[in-house]
Amino acid sequence: MSDDAMLAIRASFFEECEELMESLQDALALLERGGDGETVNVIFRAVHSIKGGAGAFGLGDLVAFAHRFETVLEALRSGRIEPTGGAVRLFFQCADLLHDHVRAAAAGAAAPEGAGAVLLALEALMPLGPPRADEPAEFTPLSLDFGAVFGDPAAPESIEVTEPPVWRIDFRPHPRLYTTGNEPLLVLRALAALGQADILCNAPPDLELSGASAETPMLSWQIELTGDVTEADIREVFDFVTDLADISIRPLDVPGNRAALAAHPPDAGSNVVPLPAAASRIEHNPAPLTTPVPLPRPEPDAAPPAPATVRVDLDRVDRMMNLVGELVINQAMLAQSVADAGLAENGAVAAGLEEFLTLTRDIQDSVMMIRAQPVKPLFQRMARVIREASAGLGKTVRLLTEGEATEIDKTVIERLSDPLTHLVRNAVDHGIEMPHQRLAAGKPAQGTITLSAAHRAGRVLIEIADDGVGIDRARVRALAVGRGLVAENAQLSDAEIDNILFAPGFSTAAGVSALSGRGVGMDVVRSAITALGGRVTVSSEPGAGTRLSLSLPLTLAVLDAMVVRVAGQTLSCPSRRSSKPWCSRPPMSAASAARPRSCMSAAICCRSSILARSWVSVRAGPQGPTGSRS
Amino acid sequence: MGLRILAVDDSRTIRDLLAATLSAAGMDVTLAEDGVEGLEMLRRMGRPDAILSDINMPRLDGFGFIHAVREIDPMRAVPILVLTTESAPELKTRAREAGATGWIVKPFDPERLVHSIRKVTG
Repeated sequence: MSDDAMLAIRASFFEECEELMESLQDALALLERGGDGETVNVIFRAVHSIKGGAGAFGLGDLVAFAHRFETVLEALRSGRIEPTGGAVRLFFQCADLLHDHVRAAAAGAAAPEGAGAVLLALEALMPLGPPRADEPAEFTPLSLDFGAVFGDPAAPESIEVTEPPVWRIDFRPHPRLYTTGNEPLLVLRALAALGQADILCNAPPDLELSGASAETPMLSWQIELTGDVTEADIREVFDFVTDLADISIRPLDVPGNRAALAAHPPDAGSNVVPLPAAASRIEHNPAPLTTPVPLPRPEPDAAPPAPATVRVDLDRVDRMMNLVGELVINQAMLAQSVADAGLAENGAVAAGLEEFLTLTRDIQDSVMMIRAQPVKPLFQRMARVIREASAGLGKTVRLLTEGEATEIDKTVIERLSDPLTHLVRNAVDHGIEMPHQRLAAGKPAQGTITLSAAHRAGRVLIEIADDGVGIDRARVRALAVGRGLVAENAQLSDAEIDNILFAPGFSTAAGVSALSGRGVGMDVVRSAITALGGRVTVSSEPGAGTRLSLSLPLTLAVLDAMVVRVAGQTLSCPSRRSSKPWCSRPPMSAASAARPRSCMSAAICCRSSILARSWVSVRAGPQGPTGSRS
Repeated sequence: MGLRILAVDDSRTIRDLLAATLSAAGMDVTLAEDGVEGLEMLRRMGRPDAILSDINMPRLDGFGFIHAVREIDPMRAVPILVLTTESAPELKTRAREAGATGWIVKPFDPERLVHSIRKVTG
């Protein structure tokens, strides 16, 4: 196998690890709420599969960690340990560490530190205590060298001139040998391949081959093997049948003994049938099947097979995405040219263009769906953030998730990770109160953070809600006034006060971290979300909690833009980032901006900055502003 | 014609490795993700020259799968090698009771894997 193929399988292994980690997290969450035997099986299999694949690539640290985790899970599976709350928490920690190991292995980095203590705590759950630290994993990881499979010719022949040893082998199969798909003929052939084999078959005197059942063993064999082989070489031939036959192997290095063997067969009562042509009489290959084989039906309640999927290199999807982008542009330009040429009135042309537009947009949507991924893995990462943040603060917090299957563009998901982590950590840190404070406020000791995702009007809405203390508006206002962000006598609504949290001058101010609301780094969060073309808003009810809402575009790949010609220059603004064009005189609505060839004194505002201020000629086609690439 | 092999394993990585290794050895590989799919593949493909099967699998595990294969008359003598990271004796015993021909301990060495298959197929 080529190195490329090997690298591809390795990359695929790490992808599979991510999927396995996802199912591991799901199953652990289920186990936390009770679960059943299958839940434990899923957990076990996930860790087991990671270990198995890691072994194939010689990832020793990952194998070693997964092996110790798996050993404890095996005890869980066999009922030797109970899934108590404490045990499940340790499993979660181990799962997180396993994930770290997977990522370290993928990056070729050193194994993460600090795993030992958690593993020891985990192993302490075992009834017999932890295994010896020096106990090796049950197999040694081994790197694969696929070149070795076929490349090399046979080893050079031995040039030894001494007489090769002679071995005497007795082989008497048990009935089970025949019912496990093993075949004495193949064993005999393999022995014959080791050197010069003289094979004697012992058959009972009354043997009738025609009536004999293949599964009732009546034959046994004595083999005299002359060849430059060791006992281990011979044992290797038998290694699948050692428990299915009586086998004895001993050296006969006196050549004269060969005659003695022939003269004195060990089974005095049986005929000795010499088989010079080996066991060619044994029928080996059944006739090929020409009809489908009837099979027992699978369990009727078995789960339906998973939906068929194809794994595609992301580069290919991106290339398709780019081409679709060009297609969308091309379609828009064509529509514009047709309109300019006065052909838009032609019914057939207009209808054809209309259909072209619909198809183009459908293709665009379909390709975007390929890039779309569910938010679930992202939410699962937040579960870990919450576990770690709350454990450090002595709080107990549970995570509820809604709409995990909601799909967003892969890039958006990737870039959402940091801001979301920040918001979730803030919620634990500043939103959720200490257990005694919660009890005093008449709330359950355990706080709740709810992460939800949903599609809303062509965008994705992600909300992070906590049932904590809420925003202390009096303090926020006082601090904002103190920092000169708000005039002392300003009339501010609750919502306006809440949104002061995002103001750069406010959130970077020292000392705010002690505020029992929010505020640290919120401007950073807002910048990150804005950079994604999103919006973030906050709402809060004192004493009852805080809710942050992120509204995000479904994709970043293709944007609609408004093209504006200003003083001989052509400008294009992404239409969802630019605010509406506005003007001082005469006042203009968004609708009038779309009217073709209207002239006005206007400013184009994009990303909160004024882009152009001039006499502007806004040119728009019948479908609105001309689509273009950003 | 190369040997026709059915390989059943729930790990995509292991399936990929098996497919690559066995194809490189000139074998004709059919893959299945678990015992249920393995049985379905057998129904479609008829008798293979050998079967490789994992033990820990969802829906129908290796023990159940091997047992079911041995219940199918034309499959009673098909060599079945168990692919497993377990080397615990009781697992071998259980696999044997179900009708396993032999075993290959993962991570498998490609050369040994091919050798083991040739050993049970002749």
